[in-house]
Amino acid sequence: MPLGFRAASFPKDRIMTRLTSLFAPILMLLALVTALPGAAATLEELMQRLPQGSYDDRAALVMEIAATGDERAVPLLEALGEGDLQELKSDGTLVRVVKEGKTYTAYDPLTGESLGEIGRRDGKKVKVNNGLRRAIRSALGIMTLRHPDPAKRLEAAEAAFKSGDPDQLEALDAALLAESDREVATVLGAARAVAMLNSDATEADQFEAVTTIAAMGNQDALGVLLPLAAGEGPVAEAAADAVADIERSQKVWGLAQNVWYGLSLGSVLMLAAIGLAITFGVMGVINMAHGELIMVGAYTTFVVQEFIRNTMPEMFGWSLLIAAPLAFLTAGAVGVAIERGIVRHLYGRPLETLLATWGVSLILQQTVRSIFGPNNREVGNPDWMSGAFELGQLTITYNRLWILVFSLIVFAGLLALLKRTPMGLQMRAVTQNRAMAADMGIRTGWVDAMTFGLGAGIAGLAGVALSQIDNVSPNLGQSYIVDSFMVVVFGGAGNLWGAFAGAFTLGVANKFLEPVAGAVLAKILVLVFIILFIQKRPRGLFALKGRAVEA
Amino acid sequence: MSLTKLIDRRMGIFLGLLFLVTVCVPLGNLVMSPDSALHVPSFAVALMGKYLCYALLAVALDLVWGYCGILSLGHGAFFALGGYAMGMHLMREIGDRGVYANPDLPDFMVFLNWDRLPWFWHGFDMFWFAAIMALVVPGLLAFVFGWFAFRSRVTGVYLSIITQAMTYALMLAFFRNEMGFGGNNGLTDFKDVLGFDLQSDATRVGLFVCSALALAGGLLLSKWITASKLGKVLVSIRDAESRTRFLGYRVEGYKLFVFVVSAMLAGLAGALYTPQVGIINPGEFSPANSIEIVIWVALGGRGTLVGAALGAIIVALSKTLLTGWIPEIWLFALGAMFILVTLYLPKGVLGFIEASRDRLRPKAKAAPVKEAEA
Repeated sequence: MPLGFRAASFPKDRIMTRLTSLFAPILMLLALVTALPGAAATLEELMQRLPQGSYDDRAALVMEIAATGDERAVPLLEALGEGDLQELKSDGTLVRVVKEGKTYTAYDPLTGESLGEIGRRDGKKVKVNNGLRRAIRSALGIMTLRHPDPAKRLEAAEAAFKSGDPDQLEALDAALLAESDREVATVLGAARAVAMLNSDATEADQFEAVTTIAAMGNQDALGVLLPLAAGEGPVAEAAADAVADIERSQKVWGLAQNVWYGLSLGSVLMLAAIGLAITFGVMGVINMAHGELIMVGAYTTFVVQEFIRNTMPEMFGWSLLIAAPLAFLTAGAVGVAIERGIVRHLYGRPLETLLATWGVSLILQQTVRSIFGPNNREVGNPDWMSGAFELGQLTITYNRLWILVFSLIVFAGLLALLKRTPMGLQMRAVTQNRAMAADMGIRTGWVDAMTFGLGAGIAGLAGVALSQIDNVSPNLGQSYIVDSFMVVVFGGAGNLWGAFAGAFTLGVANKFLEPVAGAVLAKILVLVFIILFIQKRPRGLFALKGRAVEA
Repeated sequence: MSLTKLIDRRMGIFLGLLFLVTVCVPLGNLVMSPDSALHVPSFAVALMGKYLCYALLAVALDLVWGYCGILSLGHGAFFALGGYAMGMHLMREIGDRGVYANPDLPDFMVFLNWDRLPWFWHGFDMFWFAAIMALVVPGLLAFVFGWFAFRSRVTGVYLSIITQAMTYALMLAFFRNEMGFGGNNGLTDFKDVLGFDLQSDATRVGLFVCSALALAGGLLLSKWITASKLGKVLVSIRDAESRTRFLGYRVEGYKLFVFVVSAMLAGLAGALYTPQVGIINPGEFSPANSIEIVIWVALGGRGTLVGAALGAIIVALSKTLLTGWIPEIWLFALGAMFILVTLYLPKGVLGFIEASRDRLRPKAKAAPVKEAEA
């Protein structure tokens, strides 16, 4: 787990401690009511002994306080370390005194509760020296490092790593011995190594520390090692080597991360475009309503999820698997209706078809807006689609991974359909030479309807997948239509491999350009690249050969 | 070429009507008292001016699509570029009357903490420069784009899609603040043009008349091009590109010429549009806008020029009426228009009207208008 990631959750915890301190007075009251007198030395009793005895005795006392594991000891010890703790001359109560302007306010050191204003001479400072301060620091470190909750311990260990204070060394050693959680132990080890580097430890120990930190191999390790490498001596050289190693590996992982993002984007593009490629390939028709068919798929998912939520919530994990075939059928049915109702009458006039299907897209959009409203609808991720896992230094989210897998399954399925079934054979025949196919007794009209339906159904499937990563709104389709055109035009129509290669090339290219040029500029560059590419290969990457080209 | 040949019957009727409107609207706005039933309110003048700009844009598209078979789904880009050129001039005209009262920098640049004008803004303080740029920039883009595309024989749907990619890329680019064109908000808050207050009725009427003149000029220019020998070649390219090439014509040159002329007309329309609407923003580049232009042409009648202008006015008018009346229904209506026109009115409204007239008078010799096959 990268340290930076965990540290991001700090403010939330700070709010939590604020909250607990708000409720502290009530808790105190409860504690007072329920506490049995004469039990083993409580925090309050130990606290009262703080002003007495030699510094060594009091250092031992501080450790004893830490050993109670009581969270209220933290503000107490902090106050003591800061020298804010005072003993009231009147009754010997210990208070934390804060000077605000010219007035002095006393607070309960355990709860932070205000006890009102006091005179400048009412209290006597509880004295501290450097030895005691050190004891307090390690006591504080131990307190959080020994917290029963591993998440809290991890946080403490990370804080220790960040501070790199050599005084924590003993506390860290002790905590490391007691630690059972492997993740926390790793961070503790790293924190110990940083503390070691900052202390005046022997060279051998420092070498070991550099090795430990170098093994982390992430940005935080780099942060520690870089200043060290700037120095001189054998340790600095070791650190410089480690830095070089880490930077090299980070470059590789950065590359891998970009490839992963690119593949992920590519899978989305392919899902969106592959249906379009089929329709265009067989009929030479660009279906401008394709994006809206994706939207239909996404809304089908929404309806299915709503139904499941209302009737059988325990089935929610299955919602996508139920939605997929339904989305295929719904979108497919809409597709067949478009083909039979409109496209059929416009064969041989591809530009008119383009316009008519654009009209269909507007109508579909407005229909969905009228039924479901203009706002985004909530489509949930089932458990197995949410979360992420780490692969080396890559963070891979499950939804992206599943979408990649899904797109590959859809692709393989389509390929099998086209190459291995009679219907696929007929479709390919019509693609290659419509007139000849008709002469051979293939019902080209029927094949057209089925092809259009198939392309639309695939769009529906894409909608199911996209509902997991994008907003489900009436504008969903619009945002994909230009991209899917680009894929089809780049890859070459009528060839599934073209769409495959086109989608992944564009996806990866986009993600590699993004860090250099920024997201928008990257997209513009890709568009310009495609426009130029078309000049070189007017029929795309995988152009169809034969007479169909001139049709 | 004689004027009578340029102005055939449909052109004559249209120009006559346009002339009538151009005379009546200013009179109705400036002369009639506000209580009179014949008074034309100022917003209506600006609205009609906007329609005339759309009509000119439609004529520009009809020139390439109707007569040369190039279905550009990116004509909105040329229109918007013209609009931006004029918008830049209007921004400079604001001078120190902006919110930040900076005499040189438009407000959005001050807001972005820029300390001086980007190089491409220089010269736009002069009206003549901006006016030329409104024609040159779209023309240049069309030239470069067309030179590449036509030379490599990118045709049909592929060409349509890359024109769409072009306008989409431009939209993304203009949305960026770093581009120096006001980003998301575009250019707005214009004060005056050539010293005339943009809010005053007289200026609005003036712009309206300019738009009408531009439309008439655009129509006549397009008609002149299409009726010439070059126009015949264009039609033959539309109907059989390969055959025309085999006959020895340099198809690319013809296409490039008409594409550039069309882009410049679109730029002119945009330049007139910006001061009348009072804003130009990257939304004008959106692919959907460009596709809408196509339906204007298709609805009015592809390859008729006058029909395209008519279609633009019909669609824009019904958009204004419908979105004001029942907004939900507008997209249904527009969608239905796309479908019904392509299915049942392949020659558009104008073709339909003329066909019915010919049916009513069977003896009159119908002048056959050869339509495109693709």
